[in-house]
Amino acid sequence: MTRIDTKFAQLAEQGKKAFVAYIMAGDPDEARSLELMRGMPQAGVDVIELGLPFTDPMADGETIQLAGQRALDVGMTLDKTLNMVREFRKDDDTTPIVLMGYYNPIYSRGVDTFLVQAKEAGIDGLIIVDLPPEEDDELCIPAQNAGLNFIRLATPTTDDKRLPKVLTNTSGFVYYVSITGITGAAAAQAVDVAPEVARIKAKTDLPVIVGFGIRTPETSRDIASVADGCVVGSAIVSEMASGKPISEVLAFIKSLADGAHSA
Amino acid sequence: MEDLVNSFMKGPDEKGRFGIFGGRFVSETLMPLILALEEEYEHAKTDKSFWDEMDFLWKHYVGRPSPLYHADRLSERLGGAKIYLKRDELNHTGAHKINNVLGQIILARRMGKTRIIAETGAGQHGVATATVCAKFGLKCVVYMGAHDVERQAPNVFRMKLLGAEVVPVTSGRGTLKDAMNDALRDWVTNVHDTFYCIGTVAGPHPYPAMVRDFQSIIGKEAKEQIMEAEGRLPDTLIAAIGGGSNAMGLFYPFLDDKEVQIIGVEAGGKGVNDKMEHCASLTGGRPGVLHGNRTYLLQDDDGQILEGFSISAGLDYPGIGPEHAWLNDIGRAEYVAITDKEALSAFQLCCETEGIIPALEPSHALAHVVKIAPDLPKDHVIIMNMCGRGDKDIFTVAKHLGVNMSGQD
Repeated sequence: MTRIDTKFAQLAEQGKKAFVAYIMAGDPDEARSLELMRGMPQAGVDVIELGLPFTDPMADGETIQLAGQRALDVGMTLDKTLNMVREFRKDDDTTPIVLMGYYNPIYSRGVDTFLVQAKEAGIDGLIIVDLPPEEDDELCIPAQNAGLNFIRLATPTTDDKRLPKVLTNTSGFVYYVSITGITGAAAAQAVDVAPEVARIKAKTDLPVIVGFGIRTPETSRDIASVADGCVVGSAIVSEMASGKPISEVLAFIKSLADGAHSA
Repeated sequence: MEDLVNSFMKGPDEKGRFGIFGGRFVSETLMPLILALEEEYEHAKTDKSFWDEMDFLWKHYVGRPSPLYHADRLSERLGGAKIYLKRDELNHTGAHKINNVLGQIILARRMGKTRIIAETGAGQHGVATATVCAKFGLKCVVYMGAHDVERQAPNVFRMKLLGAEVVPVTSGRGTLKDAMNDALRDWVTNVHDTFYCIGTVAGPHPYPAMVRDFQSIIGKEAKEQIMEAEGRLPDTLIAAIGGGSNAMGLFYPFLDDKEVQIIGVEAGGKGVNDKMEHCASLTGGRPGVLHGNRTYLLQDDDGQILEGFSISAGLDYPGIGPEHAWLNDIGRAEYVAITDKEALSAFQLCCETEGIIPALEPSHALAHVVKIAPDLPKDHVIIMNMCGRGDKDIFTVAKHLGVNMSGQD
């Protein structure tokens, strides 16, 4: 059982939906992103997705691209990202942390070295956007063997024929991408998402969490109500980018979490 | 049997790999699309009607076969090897790019796609894509780095005349890599009607193999033509490499002719140095994963991708096609780097001795010819791929030569 598995078991017991929030490590700098991260559990975040900055985030919209660029500009690295997790873990040993990003920084470090470091730092799962099931040998299988969850994205283009392939070797939860598109783009509609979640849940016992296109407490509630929970990323990153004090960003996160938890 | 086992022409494998290079490193949204494309291409590959259509258009629309021309004055000037130029700059649209675009657009039509997107660096691939889209009445959107839009203004205007929408990309440093990111973002958003026409032998499988197959017409023709002209195979092949499609097209049909030496020329920019002011992925990079494939990349110690630097917008890319990465590692081909300065000087030499204004991309290949030809015997036959014409580059060259072309005194 990883912290992710434990958390979802608890939520299921309480009959609660999960609220997952994404932030970019090192945006706008190391200290402030750590401060934000530390406030997230108190704001109602059940699972933290920590973005690993990358120069070429091909699946991300402008908001997250720019956040990654800001982080890189202040010298954020893989080591510093892992350090953030270590610092966070000093006060919190239960909130699950999923590292989300692209493969090259991990491949560059070396998969085996990375997995040892990630596990030791206190990371529980990985979402690596550019590793589809066809490339499972690269990182997915070694990560599972190292005791980390490998969380896969399912999308509107993942048809019934392909779905079993996507679900095999997935653990922790399934991340359903609500739209065809990049992060921060079109608004997700619960009416479109509901049948898709049902289609996935028919094929797996894992929780199905929906992300992309959720920006308000209302959408957070609507989407969470037709799934096991929801993810918000770009909307939170935008708040940080606007230079608001961290207390205000956390208040916004809390409103989103309350939305999801009221579903 | 032994020859088959040892063939260099069998790649990629079923996972789209050339050794460790290549693969399908894309998001789940795109995965079903590239699988559908692979299926369509596998079918088309052995479908006579597909190749009949290609042959017809290559002949009547592109103007193939392109000549294999003995550059006698240049050979004489250099005083060594006998130099042939494969004249793909004479193709419709002025470069080799259209060879591949035709193939992909015909596939797109077979798949019922109505909107074509492309990335472009120098603008040659964008112009070729806009051209073929105009011919078939397809909507065309071309992503081009904002920096390239500025330095390749004539090609931007050409694309617009041909009815394409040109989207300047401002993310990153605004060059080819960033244009490719934005093209992928478009594709992931418009999956149902859109076909992504990649301009080089890179990207997720099946693109590297498919683009190579379409460009191989260059090498197939060159092989027949040199047999006719010399009665034997060439000693050396030389081609410039950004992503590497013109080079792969020339090299591929010769890979199993082991007596033929194969040299790829990367863009050395200001010199392959610690400051990374170049685009020589093989000479100055290491393996990594970007844009759907594993290959040699310019990157820092933390796996962040570096921006390349080259006078030539068409070579300004931090990666290289995965098959080149593999050919490099197994030693079947060798790869060298040529600086901006060397390329400019070769550009001028070609204009003066042969009456051919080359693009800056093949000027890099030519600069390597200039380096090695003088020391080779007169019966040493070199084929160099003249993959594009230099009309688009005269403004850049003028600027570097200190000539004011603004039309005002």
